[in-house]
Amino acid sequence: MQVFLDQVWTARWPLWDGFLLTIEIAAAAIACGTVLGCIVGIQLVFAPTLVRFPFRVYVDVMRGTPLLVLILAAFYIPSVAGLNLSATQAGILALTLFAGAHIGELLRGSLQAIPPGQAEAARSIGLTFPQMLAYVLLPQALRSALPPWINTGVELIKGSSLLSMIGVGELLLKTQEVIGRTFMTIEFYVFAGCLYLITNILLDQVGKTVERYAGGRS
Amino acid sequence: MGYSLHFGAIWASFDRLLSGLAIGLGLAIAAVLIGTFLGLLAAFASVGPSRLGRLIAGSYVMMIRNLPLLVLVLLVYFALPQAGIRLDKYESFIGALALYSGAYLTEVFRAGLLSVPKGVVEAGRAIGLTRFQTGIWVTAPVMLRNALPSLGNTFISMFKDSSIAAAIAIPELTFEARKINVDTFRVVETWLVASGLYVAACFAIASFLRSLERRFPKF
Repeated sequence: MQVFLDQVWTARWPLWDGFLLTIEIAAAAIACGTVLGCIVGIQLVFAPTLVRFPFRVYVDVMRGTPLLVLILAAFYIPSVAGLNLSATQAGILALTLFAGAHIGELLRGSLQAIPPGQAEAARSIGLTFPQMLAYVLLPQALRSALPPWINTGVELIKGSSLLSMIGVGELLLKTQEVIGRTFMTIEFYVFAGCLYLITNILLDQVGKTVERYAGGRS
Repeated sequence: MGYSLHFGAIWASFDRLLSGLAIGLGLAIAAVLIGTFLGLLAAFASVGPSRLGRLIAGSYVMMIRNLPLLVLVLLVYFALPQAGIRLDKYESFIGALALYSGAYLTEVFRAGLLSVPKGVVEAGRAIGLTRFQTGIWVTAPVMLRNALPSLGNTFISMFKDSSIAAAIAIPELTFEARKINVDTFRVVETWLVASGLYVAACFAIASFLRSLERRFPKF
Protein backbone atom coordinates (compact mmCIF):
# COMPACT_ATOMS: atom_id res chain seq x y z
CA MET A 1 0.00 0.00 0.00
CA GLN A 2 2.80 2.37 0.97
CA VAL A 3 4.57 1.58 -2.31
CA PHE A 4 1.39 2.33 -4.21
CA LEU A 5 0.87 5.66 -2.46
CA ASP A 6 4.47 6.61 -3.25
CA GLN A 7 3.85 5.80 -6.90
CA VAL A 8 0.65 7.86 -6.93
CA TRP A 9 2.61 10.74 -5.42
CA THR A 10 5.35 10.37 -8.05
CA ALA A 11 2.78 10.31 -10.83
CA ARG A 12 0.55 12.99 -9.35
CA TRP A 13 1.09 15.60 -12.08
CA PRO A 14 0.44 13.40 -15.14
CA LEU A 15 -2.64 11.96 -13.42
CA TRP A 16 -3.86 15.42 -12.45
CA ASP A 17 -3.34 16.69 -16.02
CA GLY A 18 -5.27 13.71 -17.35
CA PHE A 19 -8.07 14.30 -14.87
CA LEU A 20 -8.27 17.99 -15.82
CA LEU A 21 -8.32 17.12 -19.51
CA THR A 22 -11.16 14.65 -18.90
CA ILE A 23 -13.17 17.37 -17.18
CA GLU A 24 -12.33 19.95 -19.87
CA ILE A 25 -13.34 17.60 -22.68
CA ALA A 26 -16.59 16.68 -20.99
CA ALA A 27 -17.34 20.36 -20.23
CA ALA A 28 -16.62 21.45 -23.80
CA ALA A 29 -18.75 18.62 -25.17
CA ILE A 30 -21.70 19.32 -22.89
CA ALA A 31 -21.55 23.06 -23.69
CA CYS A 32 -21.41 22.61 -27.47
CA GLY A 33 -23.76 19.63 -27.29
CA THR A 34 -26.36 21.63 -25.39
CA VAL A 35 -26.35 24.41 -27.98
CA LEU A 36 -26.62 21.84 -30.77
CA GLY A 37 -29.22 19.87 -28.84
CA CYS A 38 -31.42 22.94 -28.30
CA ILE A 39 -31.43 23.64 -32.03
CA VAL A 40 -32.14 20.00 -32.84
CA GLY A 41 -34.85 19.68 -30.21
CA ILE A 42 -36.69 22.79 -31.39
CA GLN A 43 -36.45 21.69 -35.03
CA LEU A 44 -37.78 18.23 -34.14
CA VAL A 45 -40.89 19.72 -32.59
CA PHE A 46 -41.69 22.82 -34.62
CA ALA A 47 -40.06 22.50 -38.04
CA PRO A 48 -42.11 21.49 -41.10
CA THR A 49 -41.74 17.83 -42.10
CA LEU A 50 -39.18 18.45 -44.83
CA VAL A 51 -36.83 20.39 -42.52
CA ARG A 52 -37.46 17.99 -39.64
CA PHE A 53 -36.44 14.93 -41.65
CA PRO A 54 -32.64 15.53 -41.74
CA PHE A 55 -32.66 16.28 -38.01
CA ARG A 56 -34.58 13.05 -37.36
CA VAL A 57 -32.01 11.11 -39.41
CA TYR A 58 -29.15 12.79 -37.54
CA VAL A 59 -30.62 11.90 -34.14
CA ASP A 60 -31.43 8.31 -35.10
CA VAL A 61 -28.02 7.68 -36.66
CA MET A 62 -26.20 9.12 -33.65
CA ARG A 63 -28.31 7.15 -31.23
CA GLY A 64 -27.90 3.93 -33.21
CA THR A 65 -24.12 4.17 -33.55
CA PRO A 66 -21.80 3.24 -30.70
CA LEU A 67 -19.87 6.17 -29.26
CA LEU A 68 -16.58 4.42 -30.01
CA VAL A 69 -17.45 4.24 -33.73
CA LEU A 70 -18.31 7.95 -33.67
CA ILE A 71 -15.00 8.75 -32.03
CA LEU A 72 -12.99 6.69 -34.50
CA ALA A 73 -14.92 8.20 -37.42
CA ALA A 74 -14.35 11.74 -36.10
CA PHE A 75 -10.68 10.90 -35.71
CA TYR A 76 -10.12 9.51 -39.22
CA ILE A 77 -12.64 11.26 -41.48
CA PRO A 78 -11.79 15.01 -41.07
CA SER A 79 -8.23 14.48 -42.32
CA VAL A 80 -9.54 13.15 -45.66
CA ALA A 81 -11.85 16.13 -45.91
CA GLY A 82 -8.80 18.38 -45.60
CA LEU A 83 -9.51 19.38 -42.02
CA ASN A 84 -6.66 19.07 -39.56
CA LEU A 85 -8.05 18.26 -36.14
CA SER A 86 -5.94 17.19 -33.20
CA ALA A 87 -7.02 14.00 -31.43
CA THR A 88 -8.50 16.06 -28.61
CA GLN A 89 -10.50 18.22 -31.02
CA ALA A 90 -11.73 15.13 -32.86
CA GLY A 91 -12.78 13.62 -29.55
CA ILE A 92 -14.67 16.76 -28.53
CA LEU A 93 -16.32 16.80 -31.96
CA ALA A 94 -17.51 13.19 -31.56
CA LEU A 95 -18.77 13.74 -28.02
CA THR A 96 -20.52 16.96 -29.11
CA LEU A 97 -22.33 15.22 -31.95
CA PHE A 98 -23.29 12.42 -29.57
CA ALA A 99 -24.49 14.80 -26.86
CA GLY A 100 -26.32 16.99 -29.38
CA ALA A 101 -28.44 14.08 -30.53
CA HIS A 102 -29.24 12.88 -27.02
CA ILE A 103 -30.02 16.36 -25.69
CA GLY A 104 -32.09 17.11 -28.80
CA GLU A 105 -34.14 14.00 -28.22
CA LEU A 106 -34.71 14.66 -24.55
CA LEU A 107 -35.61 18.29 -25.23
CA ARG A 108 -38.10 17.08 -27.85
CA GLY A 109 -39.65 14.84 -25.20
CA SER A 110 -39.99 17.58 -22.63
CA LEU A 111 -41.25 20.16 -25.17
CA GLN A 112 -43.96 17.75 -26.28
CA ALA A 113 -44.89 17.00 -22.67
CA ILE A 114 -45.92 20.64 -22.12
CA PRO A 115 -49.72 20.88 -22.28
CA PRO A 116 -50.79 22.47 -25.62
CA GLY A 117 -52.77 25.07 -23.68
CA GLN A 118 -49.52 26.81 -22.78
CA ALA A 119 -48.61 27.48 -26.40
CA GLU A 120 -52.18 28.50 -27.20
CA ALA A 121 -52.24 30.92 -24.27
CA ALA A 122 -48.93 32.42 -25.38
CA ARG A 123 -50.24 32.91 -28.89
CA SER A 124 -53.50 34.41 -27.73
CA ILE A 125 -51.75 37.13 -25.72
CA GLY A 126 -49.88 38.01 -28.92
CA LEU A 127 -46.38 36.62 -28.30
CA THR A 128 -44.32 35.96 -31.40
CA PHE A 129 -42.82 32.51 -31.90
CA PRO A 130 -39.35 33.40 -30.47
CA GLN A 131 -40.99 35.13 -27.51
CA MET A 132 -43.21 32.10 -26.90
CA LEU A 133 -40.15 29.84 -26.93
CA ALA A 134 -38.09 32.08 -24.69
CA TYR A 135 -40.69 33.02 -22.10
CA VAL A 136 -43.19 30.17 -22.04
CA LEU A 137 -42.03 26.87 -23.48
CA LEU A 138 -38.27 26.65 -22.91
CA PRO A 139 -38.33 27.57 -19.20
CA GLN A 140 -40.76 24.72 -18.56
CA ALA A 141 -39.04 22.27 -20.88
CA LEU A 142 -35.56 22.97 -19.54
CA ARG A 143 -36.72 22.38 -16.00
CA SER A 144 -38.10 18.94 -16.72
CA ALA A 145 -35.12 18.15 -18.95
CA LEU A 146 -32.64 18.93 -16.17
CA PRO A 147 -32.28 15.44 -14.59
CA PRO A 148 -31.65 13.62 -17.91
CA TRP A 149 -29.36 16.50 -18.94
CA ILE A 150 -27.17 15.92 -15.87
CA ASN A 151 -27.27 12.25 -16.75
CA THR A 152 -25.92 13.09 -20.21
CA GLY A 153 -23.06 14.92 -18.47
CA VAL A 154 -22.24 11.75 -16.52
CA GLU A 155 -22.39 9.75 -19.77
CA LEU A 156 -19.97 12.22 -21.37
CA ILE A 157 -17.44 11.92 -18.55
CA LYS A 158 -17.71 8.15 -18.87
CA GLY A 159 -17.53 8.40 -22.66
CA SER A 160 -14.43 10.61 -22.56
CA SER A 161 -12.52 7.55 -21.33
CA LEU A 162 -12.95 6.10 -24.84
CA LEU A 163 -10.76 8.92 -26.17
CA SER A 164 -7.78 7.07 -24.71
CA MET A 165 -8.14 4.76 -27.72
CA ILE A 166 -7.30 7.57 -30.17
CA GLY A 167 -4.40 8.77 -28.04
CA VAL A 168 -5.92 11.68 -26.14
CA GLY A 169 -3.98 12.04 -22.90
CA GLU A 170 -6.97 12.03 -20.59
CA LEU A 171 -7.24 10.28 -17.24
CA LEU A 172 -7.44 6.71 -18.53
CA LEU A 173 -4.51 7.03 -20.95
CA LYS A 174 -2.37 8.67 -18.27
CA THR A 175 -3.32 5.84 -15.92
CA GLN A 176 -2.29 3.29 -18.53
CA GLU A 177 1.04 5.08 -18.96
CA VAL A 178 1.65 4.96 -15.22
CA ILE A 179 0.70 1.26 -15.21
CA GLY A 180 3.17 0.67 -18.02
CA ARG A 181 5.90 2.07 -15.80
CA THR A 182 4.93 0.61 -12.43
CA PHE A 183 3.09 -2.62 -13.36
CA MET A 184 0.61 -1.94 -10.55
CA THR A 185 -2.35 -2.84 -12.71
CA ILE A 186 -5.12 -3.40 -10.18
CA GLU A 187 -4.16 -0.50 -7.96
CA PHE A 188 -4.04 2.16 -10.65
CA TYR A 189 -7.15 1.01 -12.53
CA VAL A 190 -9.07 1.00 -9.25
CA PHE A 191 -7.59 4.43 -8.48
CA ALA A 192 -8.74 5.82 -11.84
CA GLY A 193 -12.11 4.12 -11.38
CA CYS A 194 -12.51 5.83 -8.00
CA LEU A 195 -11.71 9.23 -9.54
CA TYR A 196 -14.39 8.71 -12.21
CA LEU A 197 -16.80 7.46 -9.56
CA ILE A 198 -16.28 10.44 -7.25
CA THR A 199 -16.55 12.97 -10.09
CA ASN A 200 -19.76 11.45 -11.43
CA ILE A 201 -21.40 11.07 -8.03
CA LEU A 202 -20.51 14.70 -7.23
CA LEU A 203 -21.98 15.81 -10.54
CA ASP A 204 -25.11 13.81 -9.78
CA GLN A 205 -25.44 15.46 -6.36
CA VAL A 206 -24.95 18.94 -7.85
CA GLY A 207 -27.71 18.07 -10.32
CA LYS A 208 -30.03 17.02 -7.52
CA THR A 209 -29.33 20.25 -5.61
CA VAL A 210 -29.95 22.43 -8.67
CA GLU A 211 -33.11 20.47 -9.35
CA ARG A 212 -34.41 21.18 -5.86
CA TYR A 213 -33.44 24.82 -6.25
CA ALA A 214 -35.18 25.09 -9.61
CA GLY A 215 -38.32 23.60 -8.11
CA GLY A 216 -40.37 20.64 -9.25
CA ARG A 217 -42.36 20.32 -12.44
CA SER A 218 -44.72 23.19 -13.01
CA MET B 1 -10.12 17.48 -51.12
CA GLY B 2 -11.04 15.59 -54.25
CA TYR B 3 -12.03 12.51 -52.31
CA SER B 4 -14.32 10.21 -54.25
CA LEU B 5 -16.19 7.31 -52.75
CA HIS B 6 -15.13 3.77 -53.69
CA PHE B 7 -16.96 1.10 -51.80
CA GLY B 8 -15.27 -1.82 -53.62
CA ALA B 9 -12.64 -2.39 -50.95
CA ILE B 10 -15.31 -2.44 -48.26
CA TRP B 11 -17.57 -4.95 -50.04
CA ALA B 12 -14.52 -7.18 -50.55
CA SER B 13 -14.21 -7.57 -46.78
CA PHE B 14 -17.89 -7.21 -46.00
CA ASP B 15 -18.08 -10.77 -44.64
CA ARG B 16 -15.56 -9.79 -41.95
CA LEU B 17 -17.77 -6.89 -40.91
CA LEU B 18 -20.78 -9.22 -40.80
CA SER B 19 -18.97 -11.79 -38.68
CA GLY B 20 -17.90 -8.91 -36.44
CA LEU B 21 -21.53 -7.89 -36.11
CA ALA B 22 -22.44 -11.46 -35.17
CA ILE B 23 -19.71 -11.54 -32.51
CA GLY B 24 -20.98 -8.24 -31.10
CA LEU B 25 -24.52 -9.60 -30.92
CA GLY B 26 -23.28 -12.81 -29.32
CA LEU B 27 -21.33 -10.86 -26.68
CA ALA B 28 -24.35 -8.68 -25.92
CA ILE B 29 -26.72 -11.66 -25.66
CA ALA B 30 -24.40 -13.60 -23.35
CA ALA B 31 -23.76 -10.54 -21.19
CA VAL B 32 -27.42 -9.56 -20.92
CA LEU B 33 -28.42 -13.14 -20.01
CA ILE B 34 -25.97 -13.15 -17.09
CA GLY B 35 -26.82 -9.52 -16.37
CA THR B 36 -30.52 -10.39 -16.16
CA PHE B 37 -29.73 -12.92 -13.46
CA LEU B 38 -27.62 -10.35 -11.56
CA GLY B 39 -30.23 -7.66 -12.10
CA LEU B 40 -33.11 -9.84 -10.85
CA LEU B 41 -31.12 -10.76 -7.76
CA ALA B 42 -30.21 -7.14 -7.01
CA ALA B 43 -33.71 -5.87 -7.83
CA PHE B 44 -35.38 -8.32 -5.43
CA ALA B 45 -32.78 -7.37 -2.82
CA SER B 46 -33.37 -3.66 -3.33
CA VAL B 47 -37.11 -3.89 -2.65
CA GLY B 48 -36.68 -6.65 -0.07
CA PRO B 49 -36.93 -6.39 3.71
CA SER B 50 -33.20 -6.81 4.43
CA ARG B 51 -31.31 -3.56 5.05
CA LEU B 52 -28.00 -5.17 4.14
CA GLY B 53 -29.46 -6.45 0.87
CA ARG B 54 -30.74 -2.99 -0.03
CA LEU B 55 -27.37 -1.45 0.82
CA ILE B 56 -25.43 -3.95 -1.30
CA ALA B 57 -27.81 -3.66 -4.27
CA GLY B 58 -27.82 0.15 -4.01
CA SER B 59 -24.06 0.52 -3.93
CA TYR B 60 -23.61 -2.00 -6.76
CA VAL B 61 -25.90 0.07 -8.98
CA MET B 62 -24.33 3.37 -7.99
CA MET B 63 -20.78 2.15 -8.50
CA ILE B 64 -21.28 0.54 -11.89
CA ARG B 65 -23.45 3.30 -13.31
CA ASN B 66 -20.83 5.93 -12.55
CA LEU B 67 -17.86 3.94 -13.84
CA PRO B 68 -16.82 4.04 -17.51
CA LEU B 69 -17.31 0.64 -19.14
CA LEU B 70 -13.82 0.81 -20.64
CA VAL B 71 -12.27 1.06 -17.17
CA LEU B 72 -14.31 -1.95 -16.04
CA VAL B 73 -13.29 -3.96 -19.12
CA LEU B 74 -9.60 -3.15 -18.72
CA LEU B 75 -9.78 -3.86 -15.01
CA VAL B 76 -11.28 -7.31 -15.59
CA TYR B 77 -8.99 -8.16 -18.49
CA PHE B 78 -5.64 -6.78 -17.35
CA ALA B 79 -5.91 -6.53 -13.59
CA LEU B 80 -7.58 -9.79 -12.55
CA PRO B 81 -4.62 -11.90 -13.76
CA GLN B 82 -2.52 -10.00 -11.23
CA ALA B 83 -4.90 -11.34 -8.58
CA GLY B 84 -4.47 -14.85 -9.98
CA ILE B 85 -7.73 -15.05 -11.99
CA ARG B 86 -7.05 -15.80 -15.64
CA LEU B 87 -9.84 -15.37 -18.18
CA ASP B 88 -9.55 -15.29 -21.95
CA LYS B 89 -10.62 -12.08 -23.65
CA TYR B 90 -14.12 -13.26 -24.53
CA GLU B 91 -14.85 -14.48 -21.01
CA SER B 92 -13.48 -11.35 -19.42
CA PHE B 93 -15.40 -9.03 -21.75
CA ILE B 94 -18.66 -10.92 -21.24
CA GLY B 95 -18.01 -10.81 -17.50
CA ALA B 96 -17.41 -7.06 -17.53
CA LEU B 97 -20.40 -6.32 -19.75
CA ALA B 98 -22.57 -8.62 -17.62
CA LEU B 99 -21.57 -6.72 -14.47
CA TYR B 100 -22.25 -3.46 -16.29
CA SER B 101 -25.62 -4.47 -17.73
CA GLY B 102 -26.60 -6.00 -14.38
CA ALA B 103 -26.60 -2.56 -12.77
CA TYR B 104 -28.79 -1.03 -15.46
CA LEU B 105 -31.11 -4.06 -15.40
CA THR B 106 -31.42 -3.76 -11.62
CA GLU B 107 -33.01 -0.35 -12.14
CA VAL B 108 -35.21 -1.75 -14.92
CA PHE B 109 -36.45 -4.68 -12.83
CA ARG B 110 -36.82 -2.52 -9.74
CA ALA B 111 -39.16 -0.21 -11.60
CA GLY B 112 -40.94 -3.30 -12.94
CA LEU B 113 -41.32 -4.77 -9.46
CA LEU B 114 -42.73 -1.53 -8.08
CA SER B 115 -45.25 -1.46 -10.94
CA VAL B 116 -46.72 -4.86 -10.01
CA PRO B 117 -50.17 -4.20 -8.54
CA LYS B 118 -50.37 -5.07 -4.82
CA GLY B 119 -53.62 -6.95 -5.33
CA VAL B 120 -51.95 -9.50 -7.59
CA VAL B 121 -49.35 -10.34 -4.97
CA GLU B 122 -52.00 -10.53 -2.26
CA ALA B 123 -54.10 -12.82 -4.43
CA GLY B 124 -51.10 -15.10 -4.83
CA ARG B 125 -50.59 -15.20 -1.07
CA ALA B 126 -54.33 -15.73 -0.51
CA ILE B 127 -54.45 -18.93 -2.55
CA GLY B 128 -51.73 -20.32 -0.31
CA LEU B 129 -48.52 -19.78 -2.26
CA THR B 130 -45.43 -19.21 -0.15
CA ARG B 131 -43.58 -15.89 -0.48
CA PHE B 132 -41.01 -17.57 -2.71
CA GLN B 133 -43.67 -19.15 -4.93
CA THR B 134 -45.49 -15.84 -5.24
CA GLY B 135 -42.23 -14.26 -6.33
CA ILE B 136 -41.56 -16.88 -9.01
CA TRP B 137 -45.06 -17.50 -10.36
CA VAL B 138 -46.88 -14.21 -9.81
CA THR B 139 -44.56 -11.23 -9.39
CA ALA B 140 -41.83 -12.23 -11.84
CA PRO B 141 -44.00 -12.81 -14.94
CA VAL B 142 -45.99 -9.59 -14.47
CA MET B 143 -42.81 -7.66 -13.73
CA LEU B 144 -40.98 -9.10 -16.74
CA ARG B 145 -43.81 -8.07 -19.06
CA ASN B 146 -43.91 -4.56 -17.60
CA ALA B 147 -40.13 -4.27 -17.85
CA LEU B 148 -39.95 -5.56 -21.43
CA PRO B 149 -39.61 -2.16 -23.17
CA SER B 150 -36.78 -0.95 -20.92
CA LEU B 151 -35.22 -4.41 -21.03
CA GLY B 152 -35.11 -4.09 -24.81
CA ASN B 153 -33.57 -0.63 -24.64
CA THR B 154 -30.90 -1.88 -22.26
CA PHE B 155 -30.14 -4.75 -24.63
CA ILE B 156 -29.73 -2.35 -27.54
CA SER B 157 -27.43 -0.13 -25.54
CA MET B 158 -25.38 -3.16 -24.45
CA PHE B 159 -25.12 -4.24 -28.09
CA LYS B 160 -23.72 -0.80 -28.89
CA ASP B 161 -21.34 -1.05 -25.94
CA SER B 162 -20.03 -4.35 -27.29
CA SER B 163 -17.99 -2.11 -29.62
CA ILE B 164 -15.70 -1.46 -26.65
CA ALA B 165 -14.52 -5.09 -26.99
CA ALA B 166 -12.30 -3.68 -29.75
CA ALA B 167 -10.11 -2.27 -26.96
CA ILE B 168 -9.04 -5.78 -25.96
CA ALA B 169 -8.70 -7.00 -29.56
CA ILE B 170 -11.89 -9.02 -29.83
CA PRO B 171 -12.59 -9.07 -33.61
CA GLU B 172 -16.08 -7.56 -33.49
CA LEU B 173 -17.47 -4.97 -35.88
CA THR B 174 -15.59 -1.90 -34.66
CA PHE B 175 -12.30 -3.78 -34.50
CA GLU B 176 -12.74 -5.10 -38.05
CA ALA B 177 -13.79 -1.67 -39.30
CA ARG B 178 -10.70 -0.09 -37.81
CA LYS B 179 -8.55 -2.75 -39.44
CA ILE B 180 -10.18 -2.27 -42.85
CA ASN B 181 -9.82 1.48 -42.39
CA VAL B 182 -6.09 1.18 -41.79
CA ASP B 183 -5.57 -1.46 -44.51
CA THR B 184 -7.43 0.28 -47.33
CA PHE B 185 -7.52 3.97 -46.33
CA ARG B 186 -11.14 4.08 -47.56
CA VAL B 187 -11.88 6.10 -44.44
CA VAL B 188 -15.28 7.60 -45.14
CA GLU B 189 -16.69 4.42 -46.69
CA THR B 190 -15.53 2.20 -43.83
CA TRP B 191 -17.15 4.25 -41.12
CA LEU B 192 -20.29 4.88 -43.16
CA VAL B 193 -20.76 1.15 -43.63
CA ALA B 194 -19.85 0.27 -40.03
CA SER B 195 -22.18 2.89 -38.63
CA GLY B 196 -24.89 1.85 -41.09
CA LEU B 197 -24.59 -1.76 -39.95
CA TYR B 198 -24.91 -0.75 -36.31
CA VAL B 199 -27.93 1.47 -37.00
CA ALA B 200 -29.58 -1.24 -39.10
CA ALA B 201 -28.97 -3.87 -36.42
CA CYS B 202 -30.32 -1.60 -33.67
CA PHE B 203 -33.36 -0.84 -35.79
CA ALA B 204 -33.97 -4.54 -36.48
CA ILE B 205 -33.66 -5.45 -32.80
CA ALA B 206 -35.97 -2.59 -31.84
CA SER B 207 -38.69 -3.62 -34.28
CA PHE B 208 -38.39 -7.26 -33.20
CA LEU B 209 -38.90 -6.13 -29.59
CA ARG B 210 -41.89 -3.97 -30.58
CA SER B 211 -43.54 -7.01 -32.18
CA LEU B 212 -42.77 -9.05 -29.06
CA GLU B 213 -44.45 -6.38 -26.95
CA ARG B 214 -47.53 -6.50 -29.15
CA ARG B 215 -47.63 -10.31 -28.91
CA PHE B 216 -47.84 -10.20 -25.11
CA PRO B 217 -50.34 -7.55 -24.09
CA LYS B 218 -49.42 -5.41 -21.12
CA PHE B 219 -50.78 -6.63 -17.82
